[in-house]
Amino acid sequence: MDVILFLIFALIAVVCAINVVIQTHPISSALSLVGVMGSLAVLYLLLGAEFIAAAQVIVYAGAIMVLFIFVIMLLNAGAETRKGRSYLIPGAPLLIVFLGLMAYYVQRMFPGSTMVRFGGFQGGGPRDIGTALFTTYLLPFEVTSILILVAIIGAIVLARKEIE
Amino acid sequence: MMTAVPISWFLTLSAILFALGVAGFLFRRNIITVFMSIELMLNAVNLSFVTFSYQHKEVSGHLFTFFVMVVAAAEAAVGLAIILTVFKNRSTLNIDDVNSMKN
Repeated sequence: MDVILFLIFALIAVVCAINVVIQTHPISSALSLVGVMGSLAVLYLLLGAEFIAAAQVIVYAGAIMVLFIFVIMLLNAGAETRKGRSYLIPGAPLLIVFLGLMAYYVQRMFPGSTMVRFGGFQGGGPRDIGTALFTTYLLPFEVTSILILVAIIGAIVLARKEIE
Repeated sequence: MMTAVPISWFLTLSAILFALGVAGFLFRRNIITVFMSIELMLNAVNLSFVTFSYQHKEVSGHLFTFFVMVVAAAEAAVGLAIILTVFKNRSTLNIDDVNSMKN
């Protein structure tokens, strides 16, 4: 059952990720990326990361992708024009070789190690995340607020109109 | 009939998604799609963080994923503001046309 669930959503994620790369229109890429993020949220649930799955849907698929689609619509970005596909000749085989090597080493380093079962890890709920966030990771959490402040100021400074 | 998924499958899926993100980052010419490929790579890394978190029965990986999401949100805000400014000044989204720092 878990294997079937994994295979279905892994397939959706890979197909959508390929679609992100090969679509010429940015809106199609953005919608495929939402598909990748949705299927990754299901895989997070399978791994027992309930809070992260919810945050993935709300923050990534919700907020960040809406920002992307907003900018694409605002700039009225059209389909990308290609100057030929000569890069595919060395690129595609290299990508496959790289993936094959990576898969081989991953399989060799984790031979028959931990098996993932649904419900095998219970420590991923909001309570556990919150406890860790406000005890062990309190300083990084506070530093994050400065990062967001810097991002807000940077975005305003970059996007504002010059006042004469 | 297997009833559980080996942890290496998750890591292999993460590697595939990361490689596709790298491919999109290198091959695409539209600046917004290049940006989306970066998000794809961040998502792939998040998947391996959560997978290792499951393997060690430890919540730290989830916290790292959480911080990566925060950084991705901040990065998206600043990056899209930069894209808006580039488009305002040059009226193009093609990264080959934005090359004033070349040479």
